[in-house]
Amino acid sequence: MNGDLGWMAMTALLAIPAGAALLLAGLPSYRLGAGLNAGAALISLLASMILFGVRPGANVYLRVDDFNTYLIILNNLVSFTTSAFSASYITHELETGRLTPKHLRFYHAMYQALVFAMNLALLANNIGLLWVAIELATLVTVLMVGIYRTREALEAAWKYFILGSLGIALALFGTILVYLAAQPVMGQGLPAMAWDQLLTHAHAFDPALLNLAFIFLLLGYGTKAGLVPLHAWLPDAHAEGPTPISAVLSGLLLNVALYAVLRFKILMNANPSALAPGPLMAGLGLLSLLFAGFMFYRRGDIKRLFAYSSIEHMGIMTFAFGMGGPLANFAGLLHMTMHSLTKSAIFFAVGYISQVKGTQRISTIHGLTATHPLLGWGFVAGVMAIAGMPPFGVFMSEFLVVSSTFAREPWLALPLVIGLLLGFGTLLWRLHGIAFGESQGANMPGPAPVTALPMMTHLILVLAAGFWLPGPLVAWFQSVAALLG
Amino acid sequence: MHSLEFDIAHFLAGGMVVISLLLLYQHRLYALLKVFALHSLTLALAVGWQAYIQEAHHLYVTAGIALIFKAIVIPAALYRIVRRLGIHRTLDVVGGVGRDMLAGAALVALAILVMLPVTAGTDAVAREDLAFALAVVLLGLLLMVNRHNAVSLVIGFMSLENGLVLAAAGARGMPLAVEISVAFSVLIALIVIGIFLFRIRERFDSVDMQAMDAFRGERRR
Repeated sequence: MNGDLGWMAMTALLAIPAGAALLLAGLPSYRLGAGLNAGAALISLLASMILFGVRPGANVYLRVDDFNTYLIILNNLVSFTTSAFSASYITHELETGRLTPKHLRFYHAMYQALVFAMNLALLANNIGLLWVAIELATLVTVLMVGIYRTREALEAAWKYFILGSLGIALALFGTILVYLAAQPVMGQGLPAMAWDQLLTHAHAFDPALLNLAFIFLLLGYGTKAGLVPLHAWLPDAHAEGPTPISAVLSGLLLNVALYAVLRFKILMNANPSALAPGPLMAGLGLLSLLFAGFMFYRRGDIKRLFAYSSIEHMGIMTFAFGMGGPLANFAGLLHMTMHSLTKSAIFFAVGYISQVKGTQRISTIHGLTATHPLLGWGFVAGVMAIAGMPPFGVFMSEFLVVSSTFAREPWLALPLVIGLLLGFGTLLWRLHGIAFGESQGANMPGPAPVTALPMMTHLILVLAAGFWLPGPLVAWFQSVAALLG
Repeated sequence: MHSLEFDIAHFLAGGMVVISLLLLYQHRLYALLKVFALHSLTLALAVGWQAYIQEAHHLYVTAGIALIFKAIVIPAALYRIVRRLGIHRTLDVVGGVGRDMLAGAALVALAILVMLPVTAGTDAVAREDLAFALAVVLLGLLLMVNRHNAVSLVIGFMSLENGLVLAAAGARGMPLAVEISVAFSVLIALIVIGIFLFRIRERFDSVDMQAMDAFRGERRR
């Protein structure tokens, strides 16, 4: 009985976005489209909640375990709030003529297709299916990034397409190599691509082949996660696409890519003679953090600034997971959640800010707290949170990363703290200019207060997490952290 | 002493590497497209041969997809696009052909040096196929890095994907799901590319990527 309910929930998580995408593609009214988009996302969110209680058994294609349940719920929560934000955001885009109703039909259909692809990637047990889902997500987001059809948007979409496909191609090569490593031990056919069965046999795989596979997978999926030096697509794609897409890209898709890397990291850990994946990941993570820290200073575009901040935070997470151990993994998981919620809240605010100011240039945006108090203070809270100020949840996860590093590898803590401080300083400096001072330039009336609801929901969750994490959640994160090794 | 089956598989996979090298020094877009069609045709033969020796019938589907879409439909479509855009003029090669060929030879050596020791445990056909496939992937990357023209970037990417299909076919008994999806992705990619080429042309009056670089978001206004 319970298993049936779980199966229904899992099917719903795939069928609802897929069905909604088809329906939205044929729906001419954009208002109805926006409503249906949010409605479908809400139903998916409810279905994902069911997985918290009851869980279907695994088969060779799909699987639900502790690790992906939490990401699926996070994924559907943020895609629901973003769809609510998107509904008010696009009305303004229509008024200014940047988008037409025809574009919006395409946009809504693609939004649901993206949700489908991300849910599929998270639910996949088959490593081939995982790859297909991430490829689908890449193609969909390429189309979304280019939707404004300006020169900048096309350049960004093209760059994202080329680099994203390259990453995807490397990841496929790695996937084939994993199969080749598994095939002599497990025989031919589907079981040799099912993640849970790979895990039970991983100790017998040829370590050399597995090592090579992991390098390809780390580079391939790492490109999608925006790790330096494969990050070049990320700032452009975030800055030039519609803001709801920036929120979903930063908050969710980067997580999904990192999730794929982590799944393979678990496989590597299960083989005692294979190379330890930790130092590689920690190195890439630290490099991303420091690079983003230095790149922050000269950003003139507000969305680009926060895109670099996403690189920074993906770096912190990858570093934490690379360090490994119960505490660092716990911190990494917490940071994944906190970053998703905070960064998407910031992008909601930034979306409205660029609409009321009519520009994304930081140098022309001043004094927001005076002219648009709700928006301005919401933005201030979001930036304080992402910069790692207490009492927000990001502070807690960053603190855990730093303290676990100090305890085990004090020398690595030094560049880590430098990277964190660089990001912190720049963000607060930029925040001062944007939120305070004399207001100048165009000042369109702000959006209705009710539209701030998605942003506020996220910020309240992040704030609450800073004070108190529910006991079951902590226990859950601990069990996932143990799984990650 | 190897069997005839192995020799033919070896010959076809090796042929793909040679054709990848041929792609590197083409000066004209039409020629590039023709060589790419030959690349895909060889892939179709190689995959078909794998299907025969492994008795894996689903691989015939993969070979058929490679033959129809990659060797005929896509080159023909790109040919039309190139003709309609009127961009069949000479391509510029960054750094010159000689350097490209040397780099290409080095990449092939690298692929073989990396793959052969690592795959010592697997059977000989899969081993050689995988080494050649990695060489094709790396040469595809080199082609992508060294061209400014959008069409040659696309050809580079698709020759890289041909290498991946070769690797997937060489892995004995790899389930069908992956191969179909690879073919599927190429199809979607073609749509994306088709739309892109026209949109880029519409905005830039050129498909030269250098013209585009000037419009990096950071430098605008």
